[in-house]
Amino acid sequence: MSDYLLVWAQLAINGIAVGAIYAMVAIGIVLIYKATEVLNFAHGDLLTVGAFTAWGLITVFEFSFLTAMVLTVVLVALLAFSLDTWIIRRIAGQPQFAGVMLTIALAFMIRGLISMLMGPESRNYPTPWTGQTLHWGGLAIAQLHLLILACALGVTLILYYFFKFTRLGIAMQASSQNQLAAYLNGIAVKRVNAMVWALAGATAALAGVLLAPITLVDISLWFVTLKALAALVLGGFGSMPGAIVGGILIGLIEQFAGVYMPDGSKDIIAYLVLIVVLMIRPQGLLGEAHGKRV
Amino acid sequence: MSHNASPPLLDIQHLSLSFGGIQAISDFDLKVHKSEILALIGPNGAGKTSVLNTITRVFTPQSGEIIFKERDISHLPRHAIASLGIARTFQNIELFESATVLDNLLLGRHRFFNGHWWQQLLRTPHFIQTEEDTREQIEHIIDFLDLSPWRHSPISGLPYGVRKIVELARALCAKPELLFLDEPASGLNTEETRDLAFWIDDIRTDLGITVVMVEHDMSLVSAVADRVVCMSQGKILASGTPQEVQSNTDVIAAYLGTSS
Amino acid sequence: MRFDYHTQYRQGFALFKDNSDRILYALLLTVMCAVPWLASSFVLGELAYVFILCIASLGLMVLIGYTGQVSLGHAAFVAVGAYAHVWMMNKGLPMLTSMLSAAGISAIAGLVVGIPAIRVSGLYLAMVTMAFAIVIEQVIGNWSSVTGGFTGMPVPDAQIGKWSLSGPKSFYYFCLVLLVLVVVSLFNLLRSALGRSFMGVRESEAASYALGIQVNQVKIIAFGLSAGVTGLAGALLAHHLKYLTPDGFSLLLSLELVLMVVIGGVGSLRGAILGGLLISLLPTLISNIKPWLPQAWSKQSGFETFIFGFILAFFVLFEPTGLNGRWLKFVSLIESFPLYRKDTFKRNKRYMKSERYR
Repeated sequence: MSDYLLVWAQLAINGIAVGAIYAMVAIGIVLIYKATEVLNFAHGDLLTVGAFTAWGLITVFEFSFLTAMVLTVVLVALLAFSLDTWIIRRIAGQPQFAGVMLTIALAFMIRGLISMLMGPESRNYPTPWTGQTLHWGGLAIAQLHLLILACALGVTLILYYFFKFTRLGIAMQASSQNQLAAYLNGIAVKRVNAMVWALAGATAALAGVLLAPITLVDISLWFVTLKALAALVLGGFGSMPGAIVGGILIGLIEQFAGVYMPDGSKDIIAYLVLIVVLMIRPQGLLGEAHGKRV
Repeated sequence: MSHNASPPLLDIQHLSLSFGGIQAISDFDLKVHKSEILALIGPNGAGKTSVLNTITRVFTPQSGEIIFKERDISHLPRHAIASLGIARTFQNIELFESATVLDNLLLGRHRFFNGHWWQQLLRTPHFIQTEEDTREQIEHIIDFLDLSPWRHSPISGLPYGVRKIVELARALCAKPELLFLDEPASGLNTEETRDLAFWIDDIRTDLGITVVMVEHDMSLVSAVADRVVCMSQGKILASGTPQEVQSNTDVIAAYLGTSS
Repeated sequence: MRFDYHTQYRQGFALFKDNSDRILYALLLTVMCAVPWLASSFVLGELAYVFILCIASLGLMVLIGYTGQVSLGHAAFVAVGAYAHVWMMNKGLPMLTSMLSAAGISAIAGLVVGIPAIRVSGLYLAMVTMAFAIVIEQVIGNWSSVTGGFTGMPVPDAQIGKWSLSGPKSFYYFCLVLLVLVVVSLFNLLRSALGRSFMGVRESEAASYALGIQVNQVKIIAFGLSAGVTGLAGALLAHHLKYLTPDGFSLLLSLELVLMVVIGGVGSLRGAILGGLLISLLPTLISNIKPWLPQAWSKQSGFETFIFGFILAFFVLFEPTGLNGRWLKFVSLIESFPLYRKDTFKRNKRYMKSERYR
């Protein structure tokens, strides 16, 4: 392939891989938002908990990567389930603002706890795919990136079928629109919401376990929440295909901005995209527009 | 009553409104004369509230003209309607929940001059006088609608019937010439509806305000309205006195039923 | 029990409805003025910092509490105020002019952000403002010619004419005076038509339109006013810090400001001050507690973050009306004693209704 095409293709591959992580995090956030209209600012911290748990299981308890991954997902899902059951549930019925504040508070608490217990050093752990690169037509594709992509697609497909075809999925959508009516229709709203949180926690943990070998295990992992929010806005809030599309696009935009735009743009381009999208098309690419009936 | 001599206060001509593929109002004509009480009735989804919303500029019509005091208002900005002398109440009460009744009514006077920003900032004696005048005007309305016991109560603690009256009071505080009431009697019991009938009549007689109300309660309509217009599926079905419209066969078929 | 016997309407909307209120606040002001004769320079410096953050918190309260628009990026306006002020002082402007101009520039920045921001609401606005703050932080860091970049720039000394304000006592008084001015001005604005229109826009936009309120204009004005006040706080903060760097205006500062507003109690200026007081004194309180904690915990910076989160969670869950709410309940307890009912402020069970279709 010609040189330009090679560079572009490599950037695209990297972008899609990074974007897949954003997409997975965004899916978790959109899950909770669709069900409870709470924007979970603590999602990135659940991801960090997942990463640290995986580190602990792999390096301290010496589980294999796959076992550690499964165990982490289960543990973080349990954590998210309890967070909803004991804490988040209590602000049901209050305006959205209260939910945002509470998740920000939880985010601070989790971040603070991790920092206190684990200290500021970055850690790492080995995976069966670390350092393995696939070479194809002049492109270098890290196998870890392929794994991330595969997981993101798998999670998307599972969730798509879940929401479209299972009773639980439809129940989740109902309770998000009118909780009282959902109760009156026999939906065990509290249990449904807690399970949504568990599901979201699971996706966060998965994303964390896969992301950490690339960016190291430390406190700053939570930043990915903000990029995921940009992805959600671009793709369309409240839309799961939007989360995927948005995530991948943000990943691609970042990679290309890093090369073709002035220094330092790569860090902020995601946020600029967020601002621009909200200005000219608030519903994003795939989202729905709403208004009030009087 | 004949109003043929003077031009109508509100003249709606060939109004059409659609949302996507749904035609909410089609080729709607209506004349409202000064000091009359007009009731707009019809089944749900007939377009009654849409007419109200179009006149008060919540929606923009696709075609047609809305002429108020010989001026086409169909494309004015939404906030300009109040200063023309048009006020409205809402079907689902849109009061300012966390404020007191008094605060709600004070906001009703917003369309009048309330002091320049620097006067507000420095609280000049002139400004204090303006505020006192505003309060005095509001007290007239509170007196008129018997809201004295509730003056300082936050809206969130008030019973439903009182909230409806506060919403009416707030609309009156804007000193309108034309008042739109969207289902004023919904949720009120018989006694409250009777009181409302007397008040609406007083609004027309004592305050000289023209009233157009969207209503389902036929007892209120018969008691108070001079003229009734029945809508169905975005068009006018019948128009005339309450007795005429109530005995119109099309209206009975579409809306009223044959029990009376 | 206290009853208001008013004979004129103007007594109803006066700042102090009762003589006892006037006396108490006058007492408070006297105490505040007397502090410099009793306290050390360290305490004076701390209190000046508290006053500055209270001003910033008041600015944010105007936006969140009164117009209901949530901004998670107000540190951007603090930064704009601070950097604009220093830049203008470096160009030779006298301090007071520079400060007011910095507040003005910050207000214009608020208008600029407000004009597109009002098209989105609620959650989206929170995200836009947060993104804006992050972008501003990077822009400041990269615009080295004006802002000194990531290495920062020093702040000239504060002085009016020939009087230097950089000593702890004089700076304390300067901050106190500005705080009182800001509080009184905001109180006046919020009690009159402008403030009522803010409340209207927050509670029901449909009704506001119908009453003749130019909703979009009001929202933009709120943004501008809020940014201006916060910018003024930023200019003061520059003198307190004496050296400006971009990481003093990070997302954390934005969230701290939001914490002040929420914990203080949304919708009241008193709440902004109470919240500002608590949050700005929190780090000092925490460092006083640290000696009593296990070594491993206290030496990490995570402990402070954890406490911030814990307090916020506590207030959101158990005292949503904030410190101001608690204060009002306390006052009503005293005023209605001994007829106070235990369930006066009991909250009813509520169900979630989607805000997407509001």
